[in-house]
Amino acid sequence: MIDFFSQTPLLTALLTLGGLTLIFGAILGFASVKFKVEGDPIVEQIDTLLPQTQCGQCGYPGCRPYAEAIANGDQINKCPPGGQTTINALANLLDVEAPTLDEEHGEESDIKTVAYIREDECIGCTKCIQACPVDAILGAAKQMHTVIAGECTGCDLCVEPCPVDCIDMIPVEPDIADWIWQLPASSAERASELNAANIIATDRTSDRDEAA
Amino acid sequence: MRQTWEMPGGVHPPENKTQSLQYCIGTLPLPERLVIPLDQHTGAPAKLIVSVNDRVLKGQMLAKPSEAVSASVHAPTSGVITAIDDQPVPHPSGMTSRCITLKPDGKDTWSERQKIDNYRDASPAELLEIIRNAGIVGMGGAGFPTAVKLQPRNPIDTLIINATECEPYITADDILIQERPEEIVEGIQILTHILGNPEQVLIGIEDNKPKAFEALEPLLAGTNIELVDFHTRYPSGGEKQLIFILTGKEVPSDGLPADIGIVCQNIGTAHAVFRAVAQGIPLISRITTVVGEALATSRNYELLIGTPISYALQHNGFNESDCARLVMGGPMMGFTLQDPDVPVIKTTNCILAPSHAEAPRQPPAQACIRCGMCAEACPASLLPQQLFWYAQSQNYERLEAHSLFDCIECGACSYVCPSNIPLVQYYRAAKGEIRKLQAEHLKSDRARERFEYQKRRKEKAEAEKAAKREARRKAAEQAKARAASGAETAAPKQAGAADDLIKAAMARAAQRQSKPEEQIERQQRALASAEERVARAQQKLADAEASGTDQQIDQARAGLADTRHRLSEANRKLSELQAAEQSQSITEKINASPKALLEKKIAAITQRMATAEDKIAGTEDPAVKQALRDGLAKQQRKLEEVRQQLAESTDAAPVDKDGAEDAAAQAIARAREKAAAMADMSEEQKLRETVNSLKGRLQKAEQRLADAEQNGSEHIDALRSGAEKLRDKLAEAAAKLEEHS
Repeated sequence: MIDFFSQTPLLTALLTLGGLTLIFGAILGFASVKFKVEGDPIVEQIDTLLPQTQCGQCGYPGCRPYAEAIANGDQINKCPPGGQTTINALANLLDVEAPTLDEEHGEESDIKTVAYIREDECIGCTKCIQACPVDAILGAAKQMHTVIAGECTGCDLCVEPCPVDCIDMIPVEPDIADWIWQLPASSAERASELNAANIIATDRTSDRDEAA
Repeated sequence: MRQTWEMPGGVHPPENKTQSLQYCIGTLPLPERLVIPLDQHTGAPAKLIVSVNDRVLKGQMLAKPSEAVSASVHAPTSGVITAIDDQPVPHPSGMTSRCITLKPDGKDTWSERQKIDNYRDASPAELLEIIRNAGIVGMGGAGFPTAVKLQPRNPIDTLIINATECEPYITADDILIQERPEEIVEGIQILTHILGNPEQVLIGIEDNKPKAFEALEPLLAGTNIELVDFHTRYPSGGEKQLIFILTGKEVPSDGLPADIGIVCQNIGTAHAVFRAVAQGIPLISRITTVVGEALATSRNYELLIGTPISYALQHNGFNESDCARLVMGGPMMGFTLQDPDVPVIKTTNCILAPSHAEAPRQPPAQACIRCGMCAEACPASLLPQQLFWYAQSQNYERLEAHSLFDCIECGACSYVCPSNIPLVQYYRAAKGEIRKLQAEHLKSDRARERFEYQKRRKEKAEAEKAAKREARRKAAEQAKARAASGAETAAPKQAGAADDLIKAAMARAAQRQSKPEEQIERQQRALASAEERVARAQQKLADAEASGTDQQIDQARAGLADTRHRLSEANRKLSELQAAEQSQSITEKINASPKALLEKKIAAITQRMATAEDKIAGTEDPAVKQALRDGLAKQQRKLEEVRQQLAESTDAAPVDKDGAEDAAAQAIARAREKAAAMADMSEEQKLRETVNSLKGRLQKAEQRLADAEQNGSEHIDALRSGAEKLRDKLAEAAAKLEEHS
């Protein structure tokens, strides 16, 4: 046996390589079955970046369908609620130039809104309930409806179907609980607007002593 | 002397602590109104339990904890609640929050107080309940509810009391220790009891408070409480920093001191706990340092919660024009108050009113020169300049990777920065932005979940609907198939039942019609009674005309008209019936085959012969018998003849019969086709069709009538009446069609 291998090195090499090919092929084949990834992971990642307002302004019926469309090569600048932040994040994820928002689909608004039903005027037609993509409207036929403000994404899809026009999109007032500090103005801005200083860690008695 | 560890970083700004320590703790007369915010602590705002115009007593609870992490709020004095609304509160945003406004009545009447004489007899759970109901929160500045902090998830071996008070200007803890050391020690012992007597109890104090140290030390003899002083350096009072200085242990990032068996409480909190347990006084006042060069006097006060800050300032000769800005808290970590009328809250340890010289305007920030002084000053061993870059570019991922959330916002980096960059403000903004994004992400995840759930629900409903439709379609197909097969063989049960009913009705009708003589009789009876009625009605009319009113006459007339109408109707029906009978017998004769006629004849002859034979048998007279016998023989011959004819006709009949049956089958097929066609037609089409067919039939009938007239047929009357009827029908149908179209 060993004699045979030593006398026919070419055949030995071929047999060895062929054997290795079969073994690794089998391992790869097994792995591709065993560790198969269900669904398209890129769609998941894109979907996570989208704002989930489910408003349909992009032309797709919800954020996930748009994520799927992006994964299939659609433009990434069709999401007005997400605005430039979302576009940048998508561009970063997909490694493409970040375009500006396509104004055709709507304008970006800094003001968050929430739907509000003027309950006296509601006739209980349930049209808005059917329109709400996140089940944030509560009510029944011929009963007054109301919006669960905490669940409302502000997509305004419920405004148009209302036959008595009793739904308003009211801006969310800034609250003390969700107030956050703002970034200080940049040095150039600060030079022109000195009194914008609001930081406290400037107890410079030593400076004053030096000046005096 | 206990070993202490050196905290990394830190700065040593001018202490400025002597100004406010010249006097003892002062009190102020009751202000005109107290404004008590519901949210003075970390966690959920308290839940109101009083309403406007309620009279409340000192120490009465106004709002209870709404959740686990929440704290109650009490009335600082007796009085009337005048308003519950949104008012400016001490907050960096300068926004408003829900507040209770209390107008003191000046009597300062206490509500019932529950004291515990010996805390050792009470269970920790009872004491915790007292602390929770007393609304005690961390007095150091963060305001975390104390009862929550005293229920750690891990066993505790060390209790640390924070008496460091490292921030410049603030002397509230210092003066509290100096004046009330016994109460503090008692409070610490209560805390120890609640925590199950941890192995060591340490009080950490900086070495710049010798008087406090001296006041406290003698009282600790005989207890396991150890007073540890260490080198003054800002921010050694930070919880994590103090733990490291005293024990050398580091609290893990994202962790709590309890994770390493340590609980840290402020010394002011210990005092508040003593008051709540031993004296039954909830947290309605606190020691606040009122200090600054814009004030005539700087002093520590025991201020009622809700006292307007402007009120405290006025009592200290506040010079507003000299004040650079009003700060709540110390100069390093405090924030500017935008409204001087905001109230003192549970976490107000200092009100700082610095002069312009004391707190000069922040010089414009310059570029970061990467000197690294901030990194040296950082007590949390972070890389402030890196954090600054990332905060500027809003690279939140990198910020988190650089442990932004370990930053305690002490301001040491800003203090040392030679370029005057407001570093902490960048970190605060970045932290806020990250928290906001996290909250948004949470919300968007929720929205996605709800959207997907809705989608699934709708798909399911759609699938169910489709399945139902499919089932219905199948059922309809089966029914159709059954009906098709049932038409030839056995009709389905229901249809069969309907058929039976119809058949029964037809049979009944046929029975009635099958005896035209009876019908005629009935009609004749009806006619007679109608005539009688007419006579009666006429009589009535005559009577009415003779005596009655107009109305009666009218009624009688109408009655007469009615009965006459009925009479004419009965007449018409009778004549119709008679005509029908005639025509029926005629048609019978026409329709009857010669064979049937012959058979009839045979039957009649046989009958006659039978009667003749009877008569022969019955009579005695030979002459009559002979005559009858002759007649019988005649009949016999006739019968023979007829029988012969019958035999002849039966030879020819079968052909005829077949042809008739064929014609019938054809007619039936035509009728079926027509019926099927009719079923598809609209109402109007149907009517039109009827009119057309009637026209056709009428033409044929007229043709037949004309033929009959020419031939002088005996059926001429029947044909005429038939044509008349058809004409009536046609007119009726035409009218209907017109109406319809």
